[in-house]
Amino acid sequence: MNFRGRDVVSIRDFTKEEILHILDVAEEMLPIAQGKKKSDLLHGYIMASLFFEPSTRTRLSFETAMKRLGGEVIGFAIPTTTSIQKGESLADTIRTAESYCDVIVMRHPMEGSARMAAEFAEVPIINGGDGAGHHPTQCLLDLFTIRKEKGSIEGNKIALLGDLKYGRTVHSLAYALALFKVDMVFIAPPELQMPKEVVEECKEMGVKIEMKNNLDELEDIDVLYVTRIQKERFPDPEEYKKVAGSYRVDLKLLEKAKDDLIIMHPLPRVDEIAPEVDRTKHAAYFRQTFNGVPVRMALLALVLGEIE
Amino acid sequence: MKELKVQPIKDGTVIDHITPGNALKVLKILGLLEKQPDSIISIAMNVVGKRGKKDIVKIENRELDPEEVNKIALIAPNATINIIRNYEVVEKRKVTIPDEIIGIVKCANPNCISNTNEPIQPKFIVKSRNPLKIKCFYCDREPEDISSQII
Ligand SMILES: Nc1ncnc2c1ncn2[C@@H]1O[C@H](COP(=O)(O)OP(=O)(O)OP(=O)(O)O)[C@@H](O)[C@H]1O
Ligand SMILES: [Mg+2]
Ligand SMILES: [Zn+2]
Repeated sequence: MNFRGRDVVSIRDFTKEEILHILDVAEEMLPIAQGKKKSDLLHGYIMASLFFEPSTRTRLSFETAMKRLGGEVIGFAIPTTTSIQKGESLADTIRTAESYCDVIVMRHPMEGSARMAAEFAEVPIINGGDGAGHHPTQCLLDLFTIRKEKGSIEGNKIALLGDLKYGRTVHSLAYALALFKVDMVFIAPPELQMPKEVVEECKEMGVKIEMKNNLDELEDIDVLYVTRIQKERFPDPEEYKKVAGSYRVDLKLLEKAKDDLIIMHPLPRVDEIAPEVDRTKHAAYFRQTFNGVPVRMALLALVLGEIE
Repeated sequence: MKELKVQPIKDGTVIDHITPGNALKVLKILGLLEKQPDSIISIAMNVVGKRGKKDIVKIENRELDPEEVNKIALIAPNATINIIRNYEVVEKRKVTIPDEIIGIVKCANPNCISNTNEPIQPKFIVKSRNPLKIKCFYCDREPEDISSQII
């Protein structure tokens, strides 16, 4: 398996074996990510962090990942301080940045922007989100979290809850879980249900799919993956309130859940998960957020060729 | 008798059986006049052949590379490329849809990077030929109505 020089644009760029390898390397990175062990594995390397759109977790965890491995970080988090303001193209920005660094991490509002950047750059491009497109490192850290919390990805029944229609990261996650033969339940209001193509593809990959409109029983669910329902999707604010309210995860709902159910959320959350849930053993979302660091360390070390 | 709707040429290429009405689009996609402004080209549109109406494009003194001509397969799927030498058809090829379609179809997704002023051409990967299914190389979206997205 060779990762040196590779781009990370979409989870579909990787086979199941490659994904497992990334997760294994991330596992080895844990003590360094936690600050318990020092490393200078990426000493002498520079990562450019180009964020054309706001981000808290993705940007901070990438920068932490690079620094924990002894590397350096350059870049911007607000493009208004750069020549992009003067109308410089993304292609030129990428060609400029790559002459200063060894790897580029980017987030950009346009779909396909990371794929285009990868065409222009010689150095590896890691996609930190391209608008409504892909967010492969989120997908990898989600898989890492499931494996770490449950011991394996296979054998779980996983419910995806919330806005399943518009969020393409949740489509990628469904695809990735299907690669691991995970049976899934899609829980969403009818207007936000999983697109037909995604459901069909999962079924073709040999997994069982159930679709529900109500969040009522969680009896046989091992992992509940909650996503944000965005206000903008609803023309009527009252309608939004009604829908959002009926998909809220609270203690009452958890009464009927499996003892070892874990709840995940890519964050930021608004009020999909009641704060009192944070104190239960089910809440895995803060650990999930932390897992972004070892997973991104693994990717940096792999594409820079310092780990095979 | 030979069917000759356009006057005979000694050497060159005849693109025959073009979907009626699309001859000018074919020329545009091939970019012949941009590449060689003094090309001698004649066009016949809506001529009635054995298999109904068709357009024909005739290019003198140039043997087009069939691979290159495949670019027109999207708008003229039944076209044939006839290479003419000394007034005779010496080679005949049907167009086939290439694996990648570059600069011919525009992505329908307004948020796609290929619809901005970045220095790239729209690019699609052919997923299946029959039925024709293509996917944007950049944003992965599949246009529902390909013909309405032709540039
Ligand atoms: N010397 C020539 N100059 C101009 N056009 C020609 C010449 N020879 C053939 N063509 C044209 O090229 C096309 C192909 O010629 P061909 O003789 O193979 O016809 P065909 O048998 O009808 O072929 P098809 O089955 O492809 O229609 C026809 O449109 C014909 O009119
Ligand atoms: Mg004929
Ligand atoms: Zn596109």
